[in-house]
Amino acid sequence: MSALQKGELLRVEGLAKAFTLHLHGGARLPVVHGVSFTVAAGECVVLGGPSGVGKSSILKMAFGNYLVGQGRILLADGERAIDIAHAPAWDILDARRRIIGYVSQFLRVIPRVGAIDIVAAAARESGLDDAAARDRAASLLARLRLPEKLWPLPPATFSGGEQQRVNIARGFAGDHRLLILDEPTASLDAVNREAVVHLIAERKAQGTGFLAIFHDEDVRARVADRIVDVSLFSDREAA
Amino acid sequence: MTAPLLSAQGLCKRYGAIAACHDVSFELNEGEALAIVGESGSGKTTLLNLIGGALAPDAGEVVYRMRDGRERALSSLSEAERRALMRSDWGFVHQDAARGLRMGVSAGGNIGERLMAVGDRHYGRIRANALEWLGRVEIAADRIDDPPTTYSGGMRQRLQIARNLVTRPRLMFMDEPTGGLDVSVQARLLDLLRGLIADMGLAVVLVTHDLAVARLLSHRILVMKEGEVIESGLTDRVLDDPQAPYTQLLVSSVLAA
Repeated sequence: MSALQKGELLRVEGLAKAFTLHLHGGARLPVVHGVSFTVAAGECVVLGGPSGVGKSSILKMAFGNYLVGQGRILLADGERAIDIAHAPAWDILDARRRIIGYVSQFLRVIPRVGAIDIVAAAARESGLDDAAARDRAASLLARLRLPEKLWPLPPATFSGGEQQRVNIARGFAGDHRLLILDEPTASLDAVNREAVVHLIAERKAQGTGFLAIFHDEDVRARVADRIVDVSLFSDREAA
Repeated sequence: MTAPLLSAQGLCKRYGAIAACHDVSFELNEGEALAIVGESGSGKTTLLNLIGGALAPDAGEVVYRMRDGRERALSSLSEAERRALMRSDWGFVHQDAARGLRMGVSAGGNIGERLMAVGDRHYGRIRANALEWLGRVEIAADRIDDPPTTYSGGMRQRLQIARNLVTRPRLMFMDEPTGGLDVSVQARLLDLLRGLIADMGLAVVLVTHDLAVARLLSHRILVMKEGEVIESGLTDRVLDDPQAPYTQLLVSSVLAA
């Protein structure tokens, strides 16, 4: 079995996933099989293919959020590699603090916590001190053009686009070397999409790798270095 | 990697023909919050009592890494050692605050008592400490001399937390800490607990039937059914991609977890 090559942040090998729906007579729902690709430092790999083909499931497996049926997901941790598919919960949590971040499609709202505190907490978790974390949170929210009067307020009452920008700021607040993005620009207008494109380009230049899903053609064309067509691995397509 | 803070090995407890807890093993790291979830009668409270030393197991062992770094089986501790552990390095937050508080004693006295139990005798320092902790759990300083009988349910719960945390324990046991509270009060308490757990690097064993509480407070979940752990793993993994039929049923029965 091959380990990580030099410069690789992520190596996915022979990944397979199926859901078993015990409440529906044990129906087995195959999603993907044989998924293999890599993400190098400074590279943005975009998963392509039609809706329902298993793109999000692959992102969730890479983050340890979905159980892996078969295969390995090797994540670079300095000189070593962590296999997300088999690592104990404690090691996955540690990897999420230090190495791998995730921006979902929607913000999971935490009651009572203000937008800037949500973002600063993410920066602190990845090791920044209080002051530096707040500075970074403020600078991200400003770049994502969230009106400053909203910063201290809990995002529960924000619009979809405003919540999504808080979500993106939170994802970018740490020093993660690999960021997973699940359609982060879906609910944003053109100007805000532009801000996200710039954030991605800047982090790529610093060596951060990206594994992403973008339905927006324009964004995809501007940030993707490589597109992995998930329909090649999909059990849905074959069916 | 340091040794786990606590490890449970093959815990069993029977009540007559019923196995309330059967062959349960797990490890808990320092700073890790573990939720034990399941429906009433699944054995989760029995398991909590076995780990916390309130019940003796029929078989199995709980090993705890003491502050001096030595790993000790709970069953090997003397009564004095066990009591010392429970009032300094461990905390207990009960669903019914009256079980964890002295209802006739002032709030300041409730917090100070735990400090005195670990040997502090300096009145001014004890009171200052009590005031600081009331502040951290968002209770107004001018309520320090009132007994918890005059407090609302949410305030009692916050006082119970302050009383426990004042000795800076490394491990907290919580049994349905938000049970019976209004939803708005729950949200505030959960947010407070989240912050305290993270800031103090507390390890937590949390028993709850509320999956939303488990998602907000825990890193890892054990799902119990009929006395056995039927599924375990990272909290978001268990809730978003449940494997066991019973876990799928639990998750799908919740409106929004």
